[in-house]
Amino acid sequence: MSIQITIDGQPVAAEEGHNLVDVAAENGVYIPTLCYLKGHPCLGTCRVCSVRVNGHVAAACSVPVADGMQVEVETTELADMRKALIEFLFSEGNHNCPSCEKSGRCDLQATGYEVGMMVSRFPYRFPVRERAVVADHIWLERDRCIFCQRCVEFIRDRKTDQKIFSIKGRGSTAQIEINTELANAMPPEQVREAADICPVGCILEKGVGFNDPIGQRKFEIQSVRERALGDKKK
Amino acid sequence: MSASVTKIYIPRDTTALAMGADRLAREIAAEAAHRGETVEIIRNGSRGLFWLEPLLEVETRAGRIAYGPVENKDIDSLFDQSFLLGETSHPLCQGLTEEIPYLKKQQRLTFARAGVTDPVSLEDYQQLDGFSGLKKALLMDGQAIVDEVKISGLRGRGGAAFPTGIKWQTVLNASPGATGQKYIVCNADEGDSGTFADRMVMEADPYMLIEGMTIAGLAVGADQGYIYLRSEYPVAHQILNEAIAKAETAGFLGTNILGSGKTFNLEVRLGAKAYICGEETSLLESLEGKRGMVRAKPPLPAIVGLFGQPTIVNNVLSLAAIPYILSKGGQAYADYGMGRSLGTLPFQLAGNIKQGGLIELAFGVTLRELLEEYGGGTFTGRPMRAVQVGGPLCAYLPESQWDTPMDYEAFQAIGAGLGHGGIVVFDDTVDMSEQARFSMEFCVAESCGKCTPCRIGSTRGVEVIDRIRNNENRTANMELLSDLCETMIDGSLCAMGGMTPFPVQSAVKYFPDDFNQQPKNSEGGA
Repeated sequence: MSIQITIDGQPVAAEEGHNLVDVAAENGVYIPTLCYLKGHPCLGTCRVCSVRVNGHVAAACSVPVADGMQVEVETTELADMRKALIEFLFSEGNHNCPSCEKSGRCDLQATGYEVGMMVSRFPYRFPVRERAVVADHIWLERDRCIFCQRCVEFIRDRKTDQKIFSIKGRGSTAQIEINTELANAMPPEQVREAADICPVGCILEKGVGFNDPIGQRKFEIQSVRERALGDKKK
Repeated sequence: MSASVTKIYIPRDTTALAMGADRLAREIAAEAAHRGETVEIIRNGSRGLFWLEPLLEVETRAGRIAYGPVENKDIDSLFDQSFLLGETSHPLCQGLTEEIPYLKKQQRLTFARAGVTDPVSLEDYQQLDGFSGLKKALLMDGQAIVDEVKISGLRGRGGAAFPTGIKWQTVLNASPGATGQKYIVCNADEGDSGTFADRMVMEADPYMLIEGMTIAGLAVGADQGYIYLRSEYPVAHQILNEAIAKAETAGFLGTNILGSGKTFNLEVRLGAKAYICGEETSLLESLEGKRGMVRAKPPLPAIVGLFGQPTIVNNVLSLAAIPYILSKGGQAYADYGMGRSLGTLPFQLAGNIKQGGLIELAFGVTLRELLEEYGGGTFTGRPMRAVQVGGPLCAYLPESQWDTPMDYEAFQAIGAGLGHGGIVVFDDTVDMSEQARFSMEFCVAESCGKCTPCRIGSTRGVEVIDRIRNNENRTANMELLSDLCETMIDGSLCAMGGMTPFPVQSAVKYFPDDFNQQPKNSEGGA
């Protein structure tokens, strides 16, 4: 059913129940995201897509649009909150872009630029988490994991549908784990998919690295905002 | 005297057991045998007068006479002073139990039977109105039951205060798909600090919960119920299982309930000591055998709940209120309370308080009445300074706020919450910056780690408060703490991260001096 909502006061037509992040993008409004992956169920973990819906703050990826919904995206307060959330993530892990293989094609880095983050206002934690290098084709640089759970939910064993990645422990002692046996059975294109959907440089493919020269990397060719908006960019 | 049997009540409730009730019961039996007295010791639930536990009661012609707190060393003198005959001269005698002002002044609807009965006795339960709600519900259709709950105005007693009738209506209307399965889940993962009302229901009057859940099942067409019980309640676990088995045998549970042809099965499942599993979606994940991680909503559990099926998730106290509502009518329940907070709330008085215990009263009583008239001041005898109402995610209140009526909306208006009705009292030796730090630390330990603001915000929160307490860049760090609280409140996936800042902000607002003073133990420091 076709419905009307407003985004930052502008009337927008949409299909009822469609995801607010998608609806906004189709109408030229960029909402930053990290865990959300178009076409997949909402994870709701990173909260970077926080907007105001009918006066209440909500993660846009978890909101199916309904008629008459009033959405605020570009307010100073919301922009600062989204920036604070990105800063949280930078301060939680070790994100040293110049030495990271994912630089230039990292969602966290690209989104950091988009929200205008220069430095985290929160103290950096500099965690020490052991690398996982046992699997044949994949290794985990755990200090960089932002716990988005994309890999946990969306990368599954092709035969059994079992999860290959999981999170162990809770709160600040949580860390990402990999099932080595299932990981070794992953076909090469699935290994690549896992590395690609990781929004940071945590899941890495062995044997490759720094393939794209500076200036030709993913988000240098097209920014994260342009990618989200496609041809709808304002 | 030898021909008559005197009934003695000694609770089997966890609090009483912790105070030595088991040994007391054994010693009393031995002493009675030794003296040639015939006594029957009944292990009842607790009356909720915890400062008097173990509370021993003797049945007399005039009624039950209470003695407490009774220690083993008192046994000889009790017998010597003929307590079995109703002599009230013993210094521990509290007079008739029902006349103890703490109990007499209460409005016990949910806890009417607590401590009166043997918790697993079906006869006791039925003598005091038990199963009359169920019998009525069996003659009603689902919609009529839901309507009765709506009339009662009952709101979720777990803390969120969502109207129970509306939740039930959603589940009643939800399509269960091909399997036709719907579920009733009771949230008995009572983890808030200073709360014990759920435990008291389960240990003192388990059939009430069983009856409430069965009625919920009849209302929405669910034939399977689960009680998600925290594993820290082994006594409640044992009593629930005893009660469920007896109820099944007697035809109050299982297939063909009381010959009606209707089915409701009930099982207890144990949690694994995670606070977050008291959050309904985490609870469902855990019940499904997965990690207790919060689910993003929508979809609501009422529509996609346990194993993807429509599910009622209600707190113990919400479900425990149902038998009264069905038996006496929704309006009888709604006659108590004020505004949109109808019925009664069992308040739980704990922390630094002289007379801790359970006080069931209609909404509208003030916090001060509870603290002073019932609580009788602090345990230490020092002045009260701060009171946390509603568990670890709710505000600390200074004396200026204690005249606020206990009402969901009135508490919301002052930035506080009633939560599950737990009240934790602190005296004037409390350092509120330390309490603020504790709130963040609690969140660090208990966060499921799924969403960014809760997982990281709480860790950062502890560090920032540490810096403030150490006089490092105080002004800048206070500002950072405020930013951090705002981000957590607005950005978190569930109430764990979304409410952790409330106690912190209230500590900063009402007790600013505690954040300004020099650290107490620093010598020659900053």
